Amino acid sequence: MHYLTDEDVRSLELKANEIRQSVIEMLVEAGSGHTAGPLGMADIFTLLYFEILRHNPKDPFWEDRDRLILSNGHICPILYAVMAHSGYFPVSELLTLRKFGSRLQGHPHKETLPGIETSSGPLGSGVSQAVGMALAERINNPYSSKYFYCLTGDGELDCGQIWEAMMLGGKEKLHNLIVIVDRNGIQIDGYTKDVMPLEPLREKFESFNWDVQEVDGHNIRSINDAIGKAQAVYSQPSIIIAHTIPSKGIDVFERDFRWHGNPPGLGPEDFVKKSEQAAVALKKLRTLNGYINTHEYE
Amino acid sequence: MNMSNTLLAQHVNPNLFNSDVETAPNRNGYGNGLKEAGELDERVVALSADLVGSTKTNIFAEAFPQRFIQVGIGEQSLASVASGMAAMGKIPFIASYAMFSPGRSWEQVRTTIAYNGSNVKIIGAHSGISVGPDGATHQAIEDIAIMRVIPRMVVIAPCDVHEAERATLAIAKYVGPVYMRLARENTPVITTIGSPFEIGKADIYLTRDKAHKKTVGIISTGTVTYQALVAGRTLNEKGIGASVMHMATIKPLDKAAVLAFAQEHDVIVTVEEHQRMGGLGSSVSEYLSEVFPKKILRMGVDDVFGQSGTPEELLAHYKIDNASIVEGAQKFLQ
Ligand SMILES: Cc1ncc(C[n+]2csc(CCOP(=O)(O)OP(=O)(O)O)c2C)c(N)n1
Ligand SMILES: [Mg+2]
Repeated sequence: MHYLTDEDVRSLELKANEIRQSVIEMLVEAGSGHTAGPLGMADIFTLLYFEILRHNPKDPFWEDRDRLILSNGHICPILYAVMAHSGYFPVSELLTLRKFGSRLQGHPHKETLPGIETSSGPLGSGVSQAVGMALAERINNPYSSKYFYCLTGDGELDCGQIWEAMMLGGKEKLHNLIVIVDRNGIQIDGYTKDVMPLEPLREKFESFNWDVQEVDGHNIRSINDAIGKAQAVYSQPSIIIAHTIPSKGIDVFERDFRWHGNPPGLGPEDFVKKSEQAAVALKKLRTLNGYINTHEYE
Repeated sequence: MNMSNTLLAQHVNPNLFNSDVETAPNRNGYGNGLKEAGELDERVVALSADLVGSTKTNIFAEAFPQRFIQVGIGEQSLASVASGMAAMGKIPFIASYAMFSPGRSWEQVRTTIAYNGSNVKIIGAHSGISVGPDGATHQAIEDIAIMRVIPRMVVIAPCDVHEAERATLAIAKYVGPVYMRLARENTPVITTIGSPFEIGKADIYLTRDKAHKKTVGIISTGTVTYQALVAGRTLNEKGIGASVMHMATIKPLDKAAVLAFAQEHDVIVTVEEHQRMGGLGSSVSEYLSEVFPKKILRMGVDDVFGQSGTPEELLAHYKIDNASIVEGAQKFLQ
């Protein structure tokens, strides 16, 4: 982690916005896929790939890289988008998402795309894998400075396996393990509070002997600080509960669980007709939700 | 009426081979059937793991909110919660995607449902390769194998929306564990509302043109029975006498029907949206190898994982579409 100047923050925010636009273009071209999660996690992923991670997009198999494990594989459009924008592969390849023969599978596949640390999609197994990696690293190199970042959804926390892994991580005091939860309040069938209430969540994690922080998942500076603190914790694994807004950046799609698994063009029509969803989404992003004037893009 | 239609069984949709054939996802049939089953028997309850809408369990949940349980994303618990409810006299239907239930919950299904003799119905939606763009992680093409091998488990794969509805009603009445796999996509309506359905009964949907000398018996299950039927029609047009038997119940296997079919045709071809190993083709082969050894071509995914693509692209790529069945049968007969 480094100190971020105001300019750094501004440029990361703009980068995140550009990446959100890529996500929309990918989903529209694919005609299927998930909108809410990828948009909600765009700020965190941008910060991770452009500031935090020790990695080399030109050498994805570099031994000393940090590892990022995406447990909630369905939000992979955001992973693919930050990977392309940070140089793993050409941005133009993003438009092959979910197509026959593409390296950008509907859910990530480790073997087809260098830089993907694990295949995921079926929920609940990422924390276990991150724990396994951190345990192996401790054997390989007790003085390692690698970090293992694992991203999970909040609905995903329903999975029992998450808690089995949390217990092990706490027992083993895996200090180089940092889990970031996308606490966006939605899952497929509705709001998490209705489908399966998670609260008190912080206390649950604390009782499993993890260091817990909560952060505004759209405030670049706060996320940066939280990750810095998590890196500094030396006697426990860390978890950051990132409060995010599903579909962040497109106000007419925000906070609605029905955007979980639909691309623009197939989403709920309360505010925008299906036929206009793609164009409205891109315009909202380009104008920062109408906050700035730009010339008309059609 | 064209020539091929005269080969179709009476209870098959006469519009089947037309380009405007009606289509629907067969999970809709499950959704409607479950609601009917709930009306007929108040012991019927439904549970889902954050997939109420896409499995169509929402129809039951809206009609009987008191008898519906949302368990959250926890498929292993789902299986055992259902076992607990069955122990208290309920008839639980548990619905998720096949990859997660029974994919993730296999041991819980084996011990807490099958070994206990629990009257639980496991509904695996979005099975097969035709799930499409979601990719390999979501394409359940091993589910028939892992369920078929569990003692007592009945395994059913309806070919269309009507059959799925009838099968749902039938398994609600049947006492014992059942696995029913469903598809995601809109697929052609093959049967009619009045078509018969009985657990464990195979049905010949297309009977070969008796004028042809060379003969092939195609046995298929699930929604790819449509591909088998189109292939059967084409083969008859090409001078090969092809019949198509739909095997809605993979286990218990309708042995009498399989034996008679094998005796009547030169070769057997099996078709399923599943690995070639362990599914319908294996079941037919295991049985015939003991009682009536026979050349059997098993069409299915050949020991590889799937990938993203449209359902059509994937069916063609993994050679489960009608063109591949025609080609496979022709080569096999030579
Ligand atoms: C084991 C398993 N069960 C069910 C699913 C289907 N599924 C995909 S995403 C999802 C909801 C996940 O909720 P959350 O983690 O909060 O993600 P969000 O909707 O916020 O993107 C479900 C149930 C799955 N992928 N894996
Ligand atoms: Mg969520």
